[in-house]
Amino acid sequence: MSREISITALKYNPSNPKSKPEFKTYTLEETPGMTLYIALTKIKSTIDHDLSSDFVCRAGICGACGMVVNGKPRLACKTLTTDFPEGKIDLLPLPTFPLIKDLSVDTGSWMKNMSVRVQSWIVANEVTDISKIEKVVEPSVAEDVFELDRCIECGLCVAGCSTAIMREDFVGAVGLNRVARFSIDPHDTRTDEDFYELIGDDDGIFGCMSLLACEDHCPKNLPLQSKIAYMRRKMVKV
Amino acid sequence: MSQNNIIESLTGKTTNKHKSRIPAKLDFLQSATGLILALFIVFHLIFESSILLGKESMYALTMMFEGEFFIEGGSPIFISVLAMVIFTIFIAHAFLAMRKFPSSYKEYMRYRTHAKLMNHEDTNLWFIQISSGFMLFFLGSIHLYTMMTQPQNIGPFASSDRIYSDLMWPMYLMLLVSVILHAAVGIYRLIVKWGWFDGKDAKANRIRNKKIIKLAVIFYLAIGIFSLLTYMKIGYDHQDNYGERYHLPNKVEHAN
Repeated sequence: MSREISITALKYNPSNPKSKPEFKTYTLEETPGMTLYIALTKIKSTIDHDLSSDFVCRAGICGACGMVVNGKPRLACKTLTTDFPEGKIDLLPLPTFPLIKDLSVDTGSWMKNMSVRVQSWIVANEVTDISKIEKVVEPSVAEDVFELDRCIECGLCVAGCSTAIMREDFVGAVGLNRVARFSIDPHDTRTDEDFYELIGDDDGIFGCMSLLACEDHCPKNLPLQSKIAYMRRKMVKV
Repeated sequence: MSQNNIIESLTGKTTNKHKSRIPAKLDFLQSATGLILALFIVFHLIFESSILLGKESMYALTMMFEGEFFIEGGSPIFISVLAMVIFTIFIAHAFLAMRKFPSSYKEYMRYRTHAKLMNHEDTNLWFIQISSGFMLFFLGSIHLYTMMTQPQNIGPFASSDRIYSDLMWPMYLMLLVSVILHAAVGIYRLIVKWGWFDGKDAKANRIRNKKIIKLAVIFYLAIGIFSLLTYMKIGYDHQDNYGERYHLPNKVEHAN
């Protein structure tokens, strides 16, 4: 038997001078297998056409639908409404990212800036000769790199981070994960001294307070705890 | 003023065009001083709870720390020197840890609202750590300064008189709770921060380590509170003889 659920969302459009931040509650009938993404789509199509939220893939791959659900950063498409037995769900936009409107935030610009800041690409000193077979990479090393490459840049780690909440220049677990990914990649010839230039300060690795909300809210279950510790151990020795 | 400092403050780079290594050193020193203090507390609380085994045990430990095994009768100066060393590390740790405190209304309001909404255990633990750390600025300083300047006033009767008749027990109760919580959360965070005991399954080991530390908190709070109650009972019984020192049966106590 289906039940009624109520979803309360922040409504605010910072680009409209007349808009005032307010909470609006929507009541709807829960359907089998309903995710928050489905619930929001239903609200937008039947109750409030003006409510804004982001999505692309609907399958936990693109990372676009991150929002704060009953206080915790989550992906709307991976969150079932049945996870909330009381049937009351409060939605907020992800903090730390510029608010576009209602539940929609600009994670893209933040992630682009982060990528540039930590030089999120392979840096190799040698020219690749594509006529030759490329260097062998140990499967275990490749697996470690691929594991960290699973990050979808949804921003939940940043939204859960107390340092990022207080200090807007903090690079976040997503940035530290990026550096860890390239530091273990044998294709990348950068040294620890080079990586120190990217994250060796209080806005980088030394700003992390190890509260691990990043690890606990990562929808891809990335090993952020151990990889941040790994980078800290390396950077402190430089 | 050093030209290096001027250049670094303006450009963010040292004169050799590199980032300063100071943040790395500060981060390491914050952990190192915290670890030393936490280990000190782990043993200190065990030693001070020797009163639970009787006045003789506490007296024997006091004499041991006063160096009785190599100076006849011992000397409180060793306690004073130890307190001075710990106080120095304590001040250094406070100075380093303060860097992480919320430093404005905006930072505090954002952090607290976020923490309350999220209700994430480790984030909440950090609030316990900064609150207890703030209390320790004052409580720890009072205790360490007392030990530094009055090291002769340690013993089954002297400590009990200080706690009961000198009305220091409220301070010691707050100090006990603050220091145990601060040290416990601190040790846990050192473990995750540096990846100690991560093993093959860091997530599972983190849960295990947290459980062990929670049990340690219960153990240390129990022995700490029972010890404090014991000192208060001794101090209550001894209030009419305030200032008198403990004597081992059939032995003359050292001069205080």
